[in-house]
Amino acid sequence: MLPGGDELAKASIHIIDGRISAVGEAADAASSDEVFDAAGGIVAPGLVDLCCNLREPGNGQKGNIASETRAAARGGFTTVCASPETSPVNDSGAVTHLIRDVAEARSPIRVLPVGAVTRGLEGELLSDMAGLSAAGCVALGNGRRGVRNARILRRCMAYAKTFGLTVMFSPENQALAADGYAHDGLVASRLGLLGIPEVAETASVMEMLLLAEETGVRLHLSQLSSARSVEMVADARRRGISVTADVAMHQLLFTEDALAGFDSRFHVRPPLRAEADRQALLAGVRDGVIDAIVSQHQPHDSAAKQAPLGATEPGLSTIESTLSMGLMLVSRGELALPALLRSLTAGPAAILGRSASLEAGAVADLCVFDPDATWTPGEDTLVSAGRHAPVLDDAIPGVVKLTLCEGRVAWGTGTG
Amino acid sequence: MTADQASKRSLQLTSDGQLRHFLTLDGLDRALLTDILDTADSFIEVGERTIKKVPLLRGRTVVNLFFESSTRTRSTFELAAKRLSADVLNLDISTSATSKGESLSDTLLNLEAMASDMFVVRHSQSGAPHFIAESVTPGVAIINAGDGRHAHPTQAMLDMLTIRQHKGGFEGMKVAIVGDVLHSRVARSQIRALNELGAAEVRVIAPGTLLPRDVESLGCTVEYDMRKGMKDLDVVIMLRLQKERMEGALLPSEREFYRLYGLSRDKLALAHPECIVMHPGPINRGVEIESAVADGPQSVILNQVTNGIAIRMAVMSMAMGGRCQNVTRNRPGGIRRDGDQQHRWSIPEDHQWPAFAAWR
Repeated sequence: MLPGGDELAKASIHIIDGRISAVGEAADAASSDEVFDAAGGIVAPGLVDLCCNLREPGNGQKGNIASETRAAARGGFTTVCASPETSPVNDSGAVTHLIRDVAEARSPIRVLPVGAVTRGLEGELLSDMAGLSAAGCVALGNGRRGVRNARILRRCMAYAKTFGLTVMFSPENQALAADGYAHDGLVASRLGLLGIPEVAETASVMEMLLLAEETGVRLHLSQLSSARSVEMVADARRRGISVTADVAMHQLLFTEDALAGFDSRFHVRPPLRAEADRQALLAGVRDGVIDAIVSQHQPHDSAAKQAPLGATEPGLSTIESTLSMGLMLVSRGELALPALLRSLTAGPAAILGRSASLEAGAVADLCVFDPDATWTPGEDTLVSAGRHAPVLDDAIPGVVKLTLCEGRVAWGTGTG
Repeated sequence: MTADQASKRSLQLTSDGQLRHFLTLDGLDRALLTDILDTADSFIEVGERTIKKVPLLRGRTVVNLFFESSTRTRSTFELAAKRLSADVLNLDISTSATSKGESLSDTLLNLEAMASDMFVVRHSQSGAPHFIAESVTPGVAIINAGDGRHAHPTQAMLDMLTIRQHKGGFEGMKVAIVGDVLHSRVARSQIRALNELGAAEVRVIAPGTLLPRDVESLGCTVEYDMRKGMKDLDVVIMLRLQKERMEGALLPSEREFYRLYGLSRDKLALAHPECIVMHPGPINRGVEIESAVADGPQSVILNQVTNGIAIRMAVMSMAMGGRCQNVTRNRPGGIRRDGDQQHRWSIPEDHQWPAFAAWR
């Protein structure tokens, strides 16, 4: 197990009423009704995802809260933040309540809604932020849709600051990104793909950092993809700006080369960039400039991906394989296991003002996985409604044996 | 070979190296490209006969599947197929099924149900023929007639045939490609072909707004000044520039483009005296090229058109020759078929490709 620090230790964990009551010798001494033998496996805090598309309400053909949270539990997640990109958009307390009610009834794990920062995600009118917060939204964002107008973006930040809300933005200058769908680099040039230049992200990062500095809002930059963005976040932190950042797991594992065969699965936004960017993102995770790794799970129906690359919808189905992809990085020596787990647990939890630990008194959100066992995601065996996993049909390391959310089994024995 | 090239090669070639589809020149080696040129050479004579037909594709159905309008390319593919004795169906998809909301996959299923043997595909999306080649049953060949900004391999090969006819080969050749490289699928295929066939230097000459990022990685040098770029050229290939791109954010005006990058007699005089002038057509006279140059003694533009039919005959016949026997009509994922129906035709075991001398 990983008791919150940077070292593995062997210990027992005792749980009473959804909380960890004792760890180590004290746990050994306690009596239990039910025992799970995690020998050979690793016990980590339950994984926390800051960016997950559950597709409900409104996009039932792509997935729903029940299917995608079950997939998340299989992937070791105990908390997922639900993107506001639903239909209708989560820009009112009513939609937030709907998401929470459905999740309470059908989700084996915790679902935390993220509200829309502008009405309908249109980037023009401020949403009812106070109402969204009161209904249970843990942060506000604009999904993958940018706020084009800097004046409105500034007002979004200033208004969110009023209520102490964190704003989560995916930086992208839409005029520079235009109709692009691939990194504007070597592969796009060779294949004639419409490129999204790196500056589409970095120009937006700079604008957001300056506005965050001025408004004093707590800014979270979602799904960074470029080396220069990581540098800018580090600089901003040094200047005292309240900024955190995350990266999608697939950005750490793949590059623009994944598009070489026009594989529409890897049509993602932001696009997979160059190897130098991947290396910088990994370094950002290692040294903590990037606080969290997210799944950026976007399940689609097959029709959304069955078309020529540029006509497909962006997004990968990743929630079940995020941990395994991280373990692939560990096995390659590109990321240490503690840094991986920190970025999937305590890092994202802190951004939400929560904690993720295995200490006595903590909520019993646990993930038990065997890092050495392998599994093969297949179209017929994935739990998610999305079949376009990045590691489809590959034998990948890391099998989640048990996921406990508040002490209840969310995935594991009897749930398969 | 890059991962990209390897994946294209595996999709395009049969296990014994025969053409299965013709999607791009990436991954095809010099020997195969030369084979295509030699085969096309043998077909040129067919067009000079009274009865311009050979029976190579008799009984086969070729569907010209054009998602983008094109008169010239479609006509030459149609003529090529007819000269090979195939039955040809021309479909302008941009005004039919897909505009009614049918998905590309469903359109293909319907066309396959009509027992088609080959699709010649033009599409505005880069990679569309690649997607179709992965979607169709194994017995159907896909020929790329131009996809997005990606590739136009038959156009590049007819250009290579034209260069070889006039220059004898490619060794030591200095070739410039001028104009809208950014949007040009032709340029990408030409650069690849010229490098594979051994040209000494491929230059692209264009303003910065009409060049792809890191264009040098394609295998060329960059020159912004056309007068400097014309020096020592053996071949100059002008690209078509769509007039809607002339003004606004990419270029200030048609007049300025012509002044800086149009091929006039005085600029052509800076090249090697025997430099040939090429253009994929249709020509914008006075925009990309001066009329006196387009119609002048160094122009080989009409030879390109003639060679287009021969190249397309060569590629179509070779791709059909690469069909394997007893292929089933199932494929993994995507479009599925019922049962394991055998394909309806097969190639005789002793058939050798290319074997066109018999029809001369």
